[in-house]
Amino acid sequence: MSKPYLRPIPFTWWNKNNAYRIFMLREISSVFVALFVLELLCFVLVASKSPENFDKYVEALKSPGWIVFHVVVLGFSLLHSITWFNLTPKVLVVRKGEEKLPDALIAGAHYLAWIVVSIVIWMII
Amino acid sequence: MVLLISKISEGTHLADLLRHDVLIIGGGGAGLRAAIAIAEINPKLSVAVVSKVYPMRSHTVAAEGGAAAVIKPNDSLEDHIYDTISGADWLADQDAVELFVNEAPREMIQLEHWGCPWSRDPDGSVAVRPFGGMKIERTWFATDKTGFHMLHTLFQTSLKYEPIKRYDEWFASKLLVDDGRCQGVAAIELRTGQVQGIVAKAVIICTGGAGRLWPFTTNAAVKTGDGMALAYRAGVPLKDMEFVQYHPTGLPGTGILITEASRGEGGILVNKNGYRYLQDYDLGKPLDISDPAHPKKRTMELGPRDKLSQCFIKEQQQGRTFEGPYGHYVHLDVRHLGQKKIDKKIPFVRELAKNYAGIDPVYEPIPVRPVLHYVMGGIHTDMDGATPLPGLYAVGECACVNINGANRLGSNSLTELLVFGARAGKAAANFASDHPDVKQSTLAAQTNDEQKRIASQFINKTDGKERIVTLRTEMTTAMEEGVGIYRDEVGIQATCDKLAELRERFNTITLDDHSLSFNTELTAALELENMLEVAETVAHSALRRKESRGAHQRTDYPPPRDDENYLKHSLVCKTDDAPRVDYLDVTITKWPPGERKYGS
Amino acid sequence: MSRSQSGLLVSVNTEADPINKTDVVSEEKLTLEVFRYHPEKDSEPYFQTYEVPFREDWVVLDALNWLKDNEDGTLTYRWSCCMGVCGSCGMMVNGTPKLTCAAFLRDYHPEPIRVEPLENFPVERDLVVDMDSFMEKLQSIKPWILRKDSEEKPLSEGEYKQSPAELATYKQFSMCINCMLCYAACPVAGLEPEFVGPAAIALGMRYNLDSRDQGYEERQEIIASHEAIWQCTFVGECTTVCPKNVDPAGAIQQAKVASTIDWYKSWLMPWGQK
Repeated sequence: MSKPYLRPIPFTWWNKNNAYRIFMLREISSVFVALFVLELLCFVLVASKSPENFDKYVEALKSPGWIVFHVVVLGFSLLHSITWFNLTPKVLVVRKGEEKLPDALIAGAHYLAWIVVSIVIWMII
Repeated sequence: MVLLISKISEGTHLADLLRHDVLIIGGGGAGLRAAIAIAEINPKLSVAVVSKVYPMRSHTVAAEGGAAAVIKPNDSLEDHIYDTISGADWLADQDAVELFVNEAPREMIQLEHWGCPWSRDPDGSVAVRPFGGMKIERTWFATDKTGFHMLHTLFQTSLKYEPIKRYDEWFASKLLVDDGRCQGVAAIELRTGQVQGIVAKAVIICTGGAGRLWPFTTNAAVKTGDGMALAYRAGVPLKDMEFVQYHPTGLPGTGILITEASRGEGGILVNKNGYRYLQDYDLGKPLDISDPAHPKKRTMELGPRDKLSQCFIKEQQQGRTFEGPYGHYVHLDVRHLGQKKIDKKIPFVRELAKNYAGIDPVYEPIPVRPVLHYVMGGIHTDMDGATPLPGLYAVGECACVNINGANRLGSNSLTELLVFGARAGKAAANFASDHPDVKQSTLAAQTNDEQKRIASQFINKTDGKERIVTLRTEMTTAMEEGVGIYRDEVGIQATCDKLAELRERFNTITLDDHSLSFNTELTAALELENMLEVAETVAHSALRRKESRGAHQRTDYPPPRDDENYLKHSLVCKTDDAPRVDYLDVTITKWPPGERKYGS
Repeated sequence: MSRSQSGLLVSVNTEADPINKTDVVSEEKLTLEVFRYHPEKDSEPYFQTYEVPFREDWVVLDALNWLKDNEDGTLTYRWSCCMGVCGSCGMMVNGTPKLTCAAFLRDYHPEPIRVEPLENFPVERDLVVDMDSFMEKLQSIKPWILRKDSEEKPLSEGEYKQSPAELATYKQFSMCINCMLCYAACPVAGLEPEFVGPAAIALGMRYNLDSRDQGYEERQEIIASHEAIWQCTFVGECTTVCPKNVDPAGAIQQAKVASTIDWYKSWLMPWGQK
């Protein structure tokens, strides 16, 4: 007789090993990135209305709660960006004859672009 | 441990018999090629492929070096034929070799059309590499995993044909024969443990060789000679069983294969003094490894496998080999090829050496020794794979057409699967179309008998005392001692006696597993039963052949070979006592027996 | 200990069959905790603890074989080639999917080793899983060369030309040995049984990228479906555990890119469709 046994998958499957945990954090990071984008939008809409609004907004952002929030968001954004860039060689395969461009080059190009764009934006701001 | 004895179902009813037009036992390269051939020639025929493992696990998958076929302008069919016949020490049937060599290129191109990822020359045509015993390079290769790619191409291609039905993990334990015709097989469905009858108008055995008879082998667990035993028990003779090939370069201990391609690409064999010892044994003069003409074909490391394995023994007897925990060995040195060439041409060799020998061949030589690799002998067939039993065919390593003779050239066997797989498929398809339906009542009764035998001899038996491992170990030891690379009358006779004793003791075998679902201890016992039968055919054939030829070397009848008495195939048949050995003349057409010359 | 003609050190139960050393003198031991389940007598699985000899060059499969031969013939598992090419012996070793013929005892010793059947598959018995769904998924992506009848080359004209660069495009994806470790490592394969899965999609890509194949559109019906690439969330563990460096995660993401480009093309250039 054949009576296959189905092993149940626990609710905490994502806690089974490091790879799964980092994966979950990576996925959750998008939530925080989204929240930050929302915050940025609010900032643009509200704070741009007048110089007083701008000052009030910036003051509010100095509170401990917001600072903690921003630190957390920064952490997740970095995680998000780094994991994303590290995965780009899997998606972008560039061939030269029989050889593939090395992974480090593809990911490295993204990091470089990230740094350049960051510098440009910082210079503008 | 709870003793669990399961209930065997009461009997096989006619309605339970599974019916097909052609039945193929074995899902490796030969079996799948035959199945595809049948589906193409006559899509109305239903084809069953019965295999004790899923097809992609078949041992074809482990072949590495390549498959030979004449394709390049500098090559000729004549040369391939001559290389094969001389490699076989003239024991090959020349009409079969001619047919094989002529049909090989077409079959290989067909496989390429089906998607096999052959390695290529810069202009996009298939590449070829030099191989042992061949005057001109003609071995097609897919890096150094040729068997893997060939098997997966055949398996994946077979999936597109509706009429092919697979019975994966069904163990064929007995041929059903009635009215002088082979009409099917009784097989154990591993999942449920039930013995079922699968009936067909033609049956093709493609079960591979029997490397597991010996203690050190390149062969996987599945190579237990099952099909040979099935045919043998049904009265079909096995041919040239005394000819078994030791591959010169296997890893000591595990026996893992280090492909001949390592030598084809320029690897050299050295003894413990760092000396290329093959030059002392009529295999020519070594070229310097930096010489662009190295490796020279049909010389030195590119000599035939039987000779290379024999040279190792001679070196060992002179005390010039290394000694390790798994016996003696020599060095296969590929360092001079450089990392780039190794990673491009023989990457699997590098991976295997690192994982299983603990060395990186880019920096260190690989320890190697001869290990049992291939059985030239097998089920007696003609050039269409037909055995003397009507309706029964055999192809591949389990069969003996005979194109490999006393020693097979590397890279001929993968091609053999395609050429004869296709031929046998067509022949079986025609036989099935031409012959009336099978008479099922007798076959159902035979299936029932087999069910009862398995129940009483294995599942329900509780009074046995010998474990499988004890008998198996004694068998492999006896085989290595009596029918190894060098043999003599005393040694072979001792092995024959031992095997007879083991067959008796097999009757008192005991299993721990008395259940039905997926009982792999049962299948191990059945495999041992098969191995003991096949082992006897090897030993008795070796005892009777009183000459040295190719891979069968008798120290009591040293070379040169005796063409006057032994330019014949041995045919071993089952009797109630010891196996009986008869002889059949070798077919000679255009190439009269000559001297086997290498090294020039 | 005796010496055979071929010079091998042979003796019953020792060097002749190094796998089955039964009369070993001083032996270090190692503990194996093995998942057991028998459909005829168990309603639940359990773990059985065994002691096996520890040898430097043994793999987990050697230990299982020793157990089955000498201690417990009822222990059931699949195996064949012992060299990492047949794909039979995949199991969970300390929670990680591995080929047991390539998992060396020395990498775990002296800690105990837990051996379980591959995750995300139903268990037939002991360490044997039910592979039916995997075989169906492999077949569903049409893993064979598809060509238009009119463009089939006759055999007499020889092989299809394929440059080394063209071969390199799909070569990596053709190395899959169907060992199913990737399915055991993939959380989606466990949570969504219909997920076509890493090995099958990589095999589909192998054919899509083969210059001799013309079956891209036919295959995309399955590959670009919800149950295939779009259920993948790029955890990436399939690639991590793959013993043959097939990189199925890469194959899937590349398929996603290709499928997305197709979609945009169908919008922006509908006349381009065949």
